[in-house]
Amino acid sequence: MQLLLEKRAQASGVMNLFSPLLAILLTVIMGGIMFSAMGKPPLTALYIYFIDPLTSWWSVEEVLVKAGPLVLIGAGLAVCFKANVWNIGAEGQLTAGALMGAIIPVMWGDWQSPLGLLAMLVLGALGGALFGLIPAWLKTRFGVNEILTSLMLVYIAQLLLDWVVRGPWKDPHGYNFPKSVSFEGWHQLPMWGDGRMHLGLVVSLVAALILFWVMRHTLKGFEISVVGSAPRAGAFAGFSQKKMVWFCFALSGGLAGLAGLIEVAGPIGQLQPHISPNYGFTAIIVAFLGRLNPMGVIFAGLLLAISYIGGEGVQIELGISDKTTQVFQGMLLFFILMCDTLILYRFKWVSAKTTEYNKVSAS
Amino acid sequence: MLKNTNNNSQTTLLQVKNISKKFGDFYANDDLTLSIEMGKVHALLGENGAGKSTLVKMMYGALQPTSGHIFWQGKQVSITSPAHARDLGIGMVFQHFSLFEALTVVENISLALPPSLRKGDLSQRIADLSHDYGLPLNPAALVADLSVGERQRIEIVRCLLQQPKLLIMDEPTAVLTPQEAQALFATLRRLVEEGCAVLYISHRLEEVKQICQDATILRHGKLVAEVDPQLETAATLAQLMVGASVHEVKRDTNNDVGAVLLSLTQLSQVSSAPFGVDLLAIDLQVRSGEIVAIAGVAGNGQGELFSVVSGEQMNPDQHFISIMGQVSDGLNINQRRCLGAAFVPEERMGHGAVEHLTLTDNILLSRHACNDTAASLDRGWLGIDRSQLALLNKNIGRDYDVRKSKEDATAASLSGGNLQKFVVGRELNRKPKVLVINQPTWGVDAGAAALIRQAVIDLSRQGSAILIISQDLDEIFELADSIAVMSRGQLSTTYAAGDLSREDIGLMMAGSHENHAIQAGA
Repeated sequence: MQLLLEKRAQASGVMNLFSPLLAILLTVIMGGIMFSAMGKPPLTALYIYFIDPLTSWWSVEEVLVKAGPLVLIGAGLAVCFKANVWNIGAEGQLTAGALMGAIIPVMWGDWQSPLGLLAMLVLGALGGALFGLIPAWLKTRFGVNEILTSLMLVYIAQLLLDWVVRGPWKDPHGYNFPKSVSFEGWHQLPMWGDGRMHLGLVVSLVAALILFWVMRHTLKGFEISVVGSAPRAGAFAGFSQKKMVWFCFALSGGLAGLAGLIEVAGPIGQLQPHISPNYGFTAIIVAFLGRLNPMGVIFAGLLLAISYIGGEGVQIELGISDKTTQVFQGMLLFFILMCDTLILYRFKWVSAKTTEYNKVSAS
Repeated sequence: MLKNTNNNSQTTLLQVKNISKKFGDFYANDDLTLSIEMGKVHALLGENGAGKSTLVKMMYGALQPTSGHIFWQGKQVSITSPAHARDLGIGMVFQHFSLFEALTVVENISLALPPSLRKGDLSQRIADLSHDYGLPLNPAALVADLSVGERQRIEIVRCLLQQPKLLIMDEPTAVLTPQEAQALFATLRRLVEEGCAVLYISHRLEEVKQICQDATILRHGKLVAEVDPQLETAATLAQLMVGASVHEVKRDTNNDVGAVLLSLTQLSQVSSAPFGVDLLAIDLQVRSGEIVAIAGVAGNGQGELFSVVSGEQMNPDQHFISIMGQVSDGLNINQRRCLGAAFVPEERMGHGAVEHLTLTDNILLSRHACNDTAASLDRGWLGIDRSQLALLNKNIGRDYDVRKSKEDATAASLSGGNLQKFVVGRELNRKPKVLVINQPTWGVDAGAAALIRQAVIDLSRQGSAILIISQDLDEIFELADSIAVMSRGQLSTTYAAGDLSREDIGLMMAGSHENHAIQAGA
């Protein structure tokens, strides 16, 4: 007897929904094993990690604040990946957006008007989009793999930010800390609740819902999925593959840039060397966990946000390194990709004789 | 009884008894029994999906039967793999070749041979063997430089090197010119004279009559008849294959030919793909009310021509192509559609249609750009007009007899013939003024082929200009008012269909017109 993977005649719709749930379950089980290997009580640790963040209004608010950028970036990446365009550099586009949007509070700090905030949002999106167009141009002009270029550009953007806040944009009254001036008045997003909830959450939700509508009902959404899944049929339909690369990078880069600007104009309130706990990379997991569907991304973003808060929780209460957050996120992505195999394949127990036949037909 | 079996085992090479193959609940082969005799060419006939490939794959060890037995030279065997089949003495030439274009003939053959046969001077043995059997091959030639007929010879020589007792050939003449086919038949006759048996899979009835001594006919996985093809006519064989008499396509030859709606003038293009075919100074005119066919063996530039004419590939600086009197080289496929043109590519799955999409989505694929429905299908932010798409799907299904499991099924769930009717119907439903259609009935059952051909003729008689690219000469003679032949990226002059014989076309397929074209260009 032997366990084989057999290709399904048709992709399984049940598994398409069930696979992320299975991946979450496997992640939790592996997490429990990891905690007990570290000598911590696994059930308590898992409770603190996944349930505790949802038991007080304060921590729920924190989960929502973290989910905001994840959903905004993840929705753009979902569209991108659906079109078979691989933007891995959302973290860099986020940084570029924050830098560009910060021009207004840093250079024109006296311009206090709602228009100033609007201009910041526009510049943030524009900065991310322009930064995203660099790999798009390299791909369409020279055929350079966009995975490599978009990833490498992340470090360029982060080092640029680092230089700017230590050099030209350093707050002259900031006791030599590597920070820009604090954003004041109309250069900050409206906040409410206990002070951390902000307008950016609404922007994320609206953007995800709009993209959901576009993907589901409009010709553009149809174009994206056809070009991504059947390029020759896409050419027959008159959809240009090159234009799709430009569109996807502009869209996902723009949303990542907007997310970066919202972070610095919202919870952070100024530029500093580190403005994001790897939101741009975590959003890749969010996009996949959400089935590359902007609606699914909303739920996936909330779950990944819990992993950040839970990581802080176990650090405080059990003294476990907050690197567990990255371990959990890594496991989750690994298990999703693994479980996704079940959408197209199924397990089958076979006897030795039929195994021989399968080998032959596979050859 | 006993004596009789003994007699049989002397001449019977391979026998399958009560063999069945089940895929899920579907019987691809249902209780088949047949014997292949030494020294004979045995035809296996049937429409697409009749179960020919399944049966042959079981004989070649690529599939295992669900029930039933196989006897090889009188002994019961279980053929577990293609390697096992080759050890027994069964060789097979597939319809689709598996050759590396960047390697030479001898390198390709060497890759596929067992180590024991690779020893010694393989090149010399290839040259000798191919010479002996009238299959001239240069062992040092690069496969990329060879014609399809020559490539097939490599596959045949590869089999013959292993000295098979039974040679299985899957639709071998589908890719050959009539002259190349005659040469192949001579080789096959030579083989059977030496005592070898040949199992010959085809749906070309004339050639089955020409070279086969036995014929087994399959329909829906069942054996319907075993006949001597010499005693049958092509019509009776066709009737056995299809199970009913095939609808005759009617063509009114006194059609009114009008203005030129599609014209190509000195169209030249260097291929962008490696091993692609360059197009050279192609001239062609298609008039209103006229069907022009381009004959030729596949891979001689037809695919390249289709993508240039359809606008999948654009040449904005050129003035080669005119559609409805307008220079169109710089227009994309949708702009050409909006001028009144429609296109049907050769491959229905993955090019003309997307398998995982529903039929309505597949209609959208080629119908989203031009307002040839009651209102635009694309309503921008409001989304796609699904109700109109559903109506189109209903009309296409009704007018072109598309049989489907449910109204808006996925393309993958349709059979080849029904999907082709859908893909053609999707374009004809627009009543295009210019239609370019590549291999209109390739791999389609006779009933669907007749419906598609009739629909194409009806459209032309309503005043549309139609260009057909096909390698099926029967189809070309059935449809075309005029014929041109393509070989190695060059197109012959256009002749009236009545002025050409099959032999003329065969010579042109082999390139007899090419020199003239070059002289004309020079």
